[in-house]
Parts: sequence; structure tokens; C-alpha cells
Amino acid sequence: MTLLLTFVAISVGFAIGLLLALGRVYGNKIISYSCIAYLEIFRGTPLLVQLFIIYYGLPAVGIIFTPITAALIGLSLNSGAYQAEYLRGSIQAIPANQMIAGRTLGMTRFQSIRSIILPQALRISIPAWSNELIYLFKYTSIVVYIQVRDLTFQAKDIATQSSRYLETFLIVALIYLLFTYIFSEIVDQVEKHVRIPGIGLSQTIVKRNA
Amino acid sequence: MHMLEVKDIHKSYGSYEVLKGVSFSVEKEETKVIIGTSGTGKSTLLKCINQLDPPDKGEVWLEGEELTSPSADLNRIRQKIGFVFQDFNLFNHLTAMQNVSIGLEKVKKMEKGKAREKAIEELKKVGLEKQADQYPAQLSGGQKQRVGIARALAMDPAIILFDEPTSALDPELIGDVLEVMKNLAGKVAMLIVTHEMGFARNVADEIIFMEGGHIIECGSPDQMFNNACKARTREFLGKISTLYGKE
Repeated sequence: MTLLLTFVAISVGFAIGLLLALGRVYGNKIISYSCIAYLEIFRGTPLLVQLFIIYYGLPAVGIIFTPITAALIGLSLNSGAYQAEYLRGSIQAIPANQMIAGRTLGMTRFQSIRSIILPQALRISIPAWSNELIYLFKYTSIVVYIQVRDLTFQAKDIATQSSRYLETFLIVALIYLLFTYIFSEIVDQVEKHVRIPGIGLSQTIVKRNA
Repeated sequence: MHMLEVKDIHKSYGSYEVLKGVSFSVEKEETKVIIGTSGTGKSTLLKCINQLDPPDKGEVWLEGEELTSPSADLNRIRQKIGFVFQDFNLFNHLTAMQNVSIGLEKVKKMEKGKAREKAIEELKKVGLEKQADQYPAQLSGGQKQRVGIARALAMDPAIILFDEPTSALDPELIGDVLEVMKNLAGKVAMLIVTHEMGFARNVADEIIFMEGGHIIECGSPDQMFNNACKARTREFLGKISTLYGKE
């Protein structure tokens, strides 16, 4: 359950984040301000409150979700806001002349964004994105409060029944640790695999150790 | 009808008027060099031509089409106008070969294999077929600029605009780039902003001297260097020649 929540939320959140970041950087005033409003709302309120509104609050206006659906929606919308900011930073880190060079070849704005800007921006956003993945994975434990039976929820059951609180939660902590380790290893490998000389942070790391 | 015609271009940034009515034309396969001190609007003029930075007033015509018309299909017309930047602006995430082929694939919708074949051909023309699989970060400045030229050439443009193509390069790398440009002379029209007087003198069909947002004088290299009409032209070329040597 925890894994399912993480993967759906990170993927849907990525799609939302990408749209928001593009809207904020390239959209007209209305689009850009709408994106900023979304970001401010979702980053400026606690995730738990967002989940409560979706699960306990929306039924008041006739919208009823199962706990899992509510959790998926809440986590995705929230992660989308954070991913949007990582992506925006990466997009704005690409020199404006890259876009201009694309346009001089006769590419449309959209083609330049897709073929020139995003392939570079996505690469440099990988470290921040890996952070978000791990953060989100751990933060899914919050869904306990809206009755989702995730890893932490089940651990609480077991602990209560057996009265072995310390052992149970230590094991749970280890499970989280193991998975976050696996995730960051996988992302590291992906990052190495898609790395291109001259793009990203590999050189600054070498220089920092000089 | 001229191939490229620029009519009375004006361009201001805020209250500062950079171009104060510039007109000239370029014929098919002609090489024109624009010279002048820094800050006289030479680079702005190039950007006004391909509408990267549209002029406030005036017209630009290429092969009978008006680029300054609001209904102009700029994405299509820009394919006919190659642009070579002072600071190269290669696509950093693409190899030399992909830098050259991407325009063919994405804009001209050429099939991938064909586009890459043509890209290799263009790289050969600039002497870089061995560097085809290297990324910009792995190339020297001179090599980057030659990839930039190959990228422009691949689109089979009617004209290539060069914006100080050698001024970001180490002196010993300039020669390779100029050599490539020299070989292009007479095969494709070129409009070149440069401080390389030796190149202007030997390769240009016509030299345009700009200052203060105006064209002061234009003429053949021989006339400009030996018989300039305007005192200001003689003064400028005299200074430059002392600085950079006669050839």
C-alpha cells in the first residue's frame, strides 16, 4: 500500500508539476498566476489538513472518496506543487539562448521546449526529484489519519495487539530505511545512465573536493 | 528583386534608438560584411532580420516574402535564414551530429537515418566528422563554432547571418573558423558582422560600415580600404588596420 501510494503520487505529481512549471515559466499572465496560486495553496497548508479536507470535508458537498482514493488525490496534488518548484528551477537554469537557437532553426516554441529545454532541465532536476521521492515515501505514513491501511497503520495494529511497541516500530523504521536506500540507489543509477558531459552537477562535485 | 532586402529599419530599446533607419540588400550567394565599433547596432540588425527581435519600423523581405508582415509564417521562413552566434549556443544535451540533425528531424521532418547522414556530411564540410559523437562540453571553442556553422548549413538556408562568429575564440582557433567561412563564400549568401578585417578584405563582395545606428558607407573592399569617400570610414579603417595589421 505504501509503495502504491508513493508511485502513484510521484507519477501523477510529476505530471501536475511539469504542467505547473511550464505554465508558470512560459504561460501568459493568467496562466502563470493561476499556477502560482496553486503552488502557494498546496505548499502553504499542511498536507494533513489537505487530506482531512478531501476525506472528511468534501463529503459535506456530496463528494465522497474511499480512504485510498482520498490519499492518492491528496498526495498527488501536494507532491505536484513541490515537483513544480524543482522543475521550474531547472527550466530557468537553462540559458535563454538555448531557446533562441531552437527558434532560429525554425522550431516552434513548443518544439524548442520539448526537444531543447526539457531534456536538459529534467536531467538537472534529478537530484531534487530523488529528494521528493524519498520524502513522499516517508510522508505517506500520514495517511494513517484518514484510515488508509499502509505500513505504519498495520504496524500500529500489530504493536497494540502484541504490546511490543519498540520492536515493531524499529522494524518498521528499518523497512522504510531499506526502501529509501533502494530508491536513492536506483535514482543514482538512472542519473548516471542519462548523464551528459557538461550538464548537471558532476563537475561541481569534483571541484568541491579539490 | 533582391534576395534579402532590408528597408529603413528602426529599433529602440526604451528611449535609446539603436537603429535609425538602415537599408541595404543582399543578392544570391553574395558575401557582405558589416563592420563598425561595438554598440552601433550591428548585432541588433541581424536579430531584426530574422525577427528574433522584431524592428519597430521598416520592412525585411526574403525571396519575395515580407518577414515583418504580421501574417508571415516565421517558423517556415527562419529555416531559410541560418544564424551563427557569437557564443555558439549549441544544444548542450546533444552530440555534434545531433546538433546538426535536430533541425532536419524536428523542423524539416526528415527521416532520422537520412537526417543523420546529412548531418555527417555537413560535419565533414567543416572538418569535424571525427567529433560527431562528442558533446559540446567536449569540444574546443573553434570546434563548437564549426558545429554551429554545420547546424546552420544543414537546413540549406538561402542566407546565413553570422554574429561576430570569432570574437569568443582564442586567437589560434579563429583561423579554422574563418577558413570554413571562406570556403562557403560564393556557395551561399552570407551576412557577417565581424572585426576580422583581413577576412573582410579578402572574402567580402561588399563591406558595410555602420556607426551610431546608421550605415555610414558601403562599397567593395578595395574601395573601402583604399578610397573611402567618408573621412570617418578612413579614420575607422585606419585605426583598425593599425590594431590588427594590414592583412
